Amino acid sequence: MMGKALGKIYIVLVVLFMYAPIMVLIALSFNASKSRVIWGGFTLKWYRTLFESSAIISAIGTTLLLALLSAAIACIIGLTASLGIYAMKKRDYKIMLFFTNIPLLNADIVTGIALMLWFVKFMPLGFSSVLVAHVTFNIPYVILCILPKLETMDIRQFEAARDLGATSFYAFVKILIPDLMPGIFAGFFMAFTMSMDDFVITYFTKGPGVNTLSTLIYGEIRKGIKPEMYALSSLLFFIVLIMLIIVNISARDNKDKSDLAAY
Amino acid sequence: MKKKSVCMLLVLSMALCILPGCGTKSSDTLTVFNYGEYIEPEMLEKFTAETGIKVNYEEATTPEEMYTKYTAGAISYDLLCTSDYMIKRLIDEGQAQEVDFSSMENYGNIDEKFWTLSQSFDPGNKYALPYFWGTVGILYNTKKVSKPVDSWDVLFDGEYAGQIIMQDSMRDSFMVALKYLGYSLNTTDEAQIREAAELLKSQKADVASYLVDEARDEIVAENAVMGVVYSGEAYLGHDFNNDLEYVIPKEGSNLWIDSWIVTSKCKNTEAAKKFLDFLCREDVANANFEFIYYSTPNKAVVDNMDEELRANTAVVPTDESIKGCEVYEALDADTTSLYNNLWKEIKSE
Repeated sequence: MMGKALGKIYIVLVVLFMYAPIMVLIALSFNASKSRVIWGGFTLKWYRTLFESSAIISAIGTTLLLALLSAAIACIIGLTASLGIYAMKKRDYKIMLFFTNIPLLNADIVTGIALMLWFVKFMPLGFSSVLVAHVTFNIPYVILCILPKLETMDIRQFEAARDLGATSFYAFVKILIPDLMPGIFAGFFMAFTMSMDDFVITYFTKGPGVNTLSTLIYGEIRKGIKPEMYALSSLLFFIVLIMLIIVNISARDNKDKSDLAAY
Repeated sequence: MKKKSVCMLLVLSMALCILPGCGTKSSDTLTVFNYGEYIEPEMLEKFTAETGIKVNYEEATTPEEMYTKYTAGAISYDLLCTSDYMIKRLIDEGQAQEVDFSSMENYGNIDEKFWTLSQSFDPGNKYALPYFWGTVGILYNTKKVSKPVDSWDVLFDGEYAGQIIMQDSMRDSFMVALKYLGYSLNTTDEAQIREAAELLKSQKADVASYLVDEARDEIVAENAVMGVVYSGEAYLGHDFNNDLEYVIPKEGSNLWIDSWIVTSKCKNTEAAKKFLDFLCREDVANANFEFIYYSTPNKAVVDNMDEELRANTAVVPTDESIKGCEVYEALDADTTSLYNNLWKEIKSE
């Protein structure tokens, strides 16, 4: 009995530690005073000014576009790379995997500076350079998601399709892609999140006038972060929360249905 | 097989070489590098609407960061706004272009005394155009501090032990001690610097905490009764809590000036000059002032301020109050390492 109560207290403490800062942020997003330490009454004005600020809106647009594009391109490259690595001999396979894993473990700042130095020589810094950089650091994540899926897949289905007269492309689209879909999706979302999250690499490779949310917020540090950012962060938090709830509910529904089907 | 890969490499490198072509800038674009939140964003659109010159705008947080990004050469900035000592470094390294400011239409709006003050980092006023300025002083709560505050003395006499906030910045903390002892804040005399360090060490017991940006909030929230803050922060603090007053101690303090320079990489100097001229125009300078609330060197703006604002020493310091103030000069390598060592001792004791 005692142990159970202690366990509950422990869980409450853990949740509190994780969510108390976010609660403070959400509370501040409704604070009429710009100060972090004075409560000036309840207001929704920061949510209004948030959508009136062209800088913030364009930063949101850039961030999303960058995340979608870089994840999509990284998926294509990562998929073909995975197929290639999968077909390699044992030794080459290991060497290749070793090299794709290095960028995962490498510090962001090293990647960022290296890419910047490289870009300076070959292309003007701007949206395209950030995109190339994001694709670069996203590829290993995609490979990491697709390769294990390939390992567990039954390649004989693909061979059977070929035996029965399918062209290799047709067999690829009809057999391999559907089988790898969960891996591709996982890779895509992983890459999407990594791109959304990134600050360091974006910071070094971006050109003037290009801002993602993270670099925009960083620019505000010197004069204090504006309350609009609290509002935006709260919105992002709620969007993710709602998405997670929906995913969980639909997963439960599916489970119920499959349970029913089992009967 | 080998030939094929060599060919591929060649094609790839050629493709990469062509890419810069896509990004060639038209001659009427300016790339501007500034601190974050340091201009009213609408003014950039207004400038483009009036002159047809597009502005490519980029922000940074610290002067060091700007210097690194600029010298990396990744982006060729045309105009750069940064702090006094960094301006000096850029001028010394030949990174700035001479500009004839007196030929600008709105040249007369800049108060004469700022050209004089700028001489300390830009002798002859050849490179730097003053943009905003400010001081470092004491922000205190008038309800909790009964005696008149006009000297650094209140930070050292122990009366408010445990309720004082100091700047967690080496130069600013040493500045307070040096000025209190009556020395120049740019002194390179080792004995004077050591004396200042001793003073800071003995004061440490009285200091509640060493903070940077949070200093203002702590005083606004009344967790501390006084602290060393920048004038821009002090104005906002007064806005949040009317009991707070700002004073520049009579022994003098640091005065900083952020200025614009045209970089040596800038090709379209006419456009750059137009931009600087635009910033000096009264309506533009006023809009920027109302966005930033740091002290402006634009006397047309100061003259048209309402009385209450002009009486605020954090926004418009009187000539009398800044008499003992000095602009930071870059310290030589020996002095910097002495500062570093002593500061480490102070913080770790």
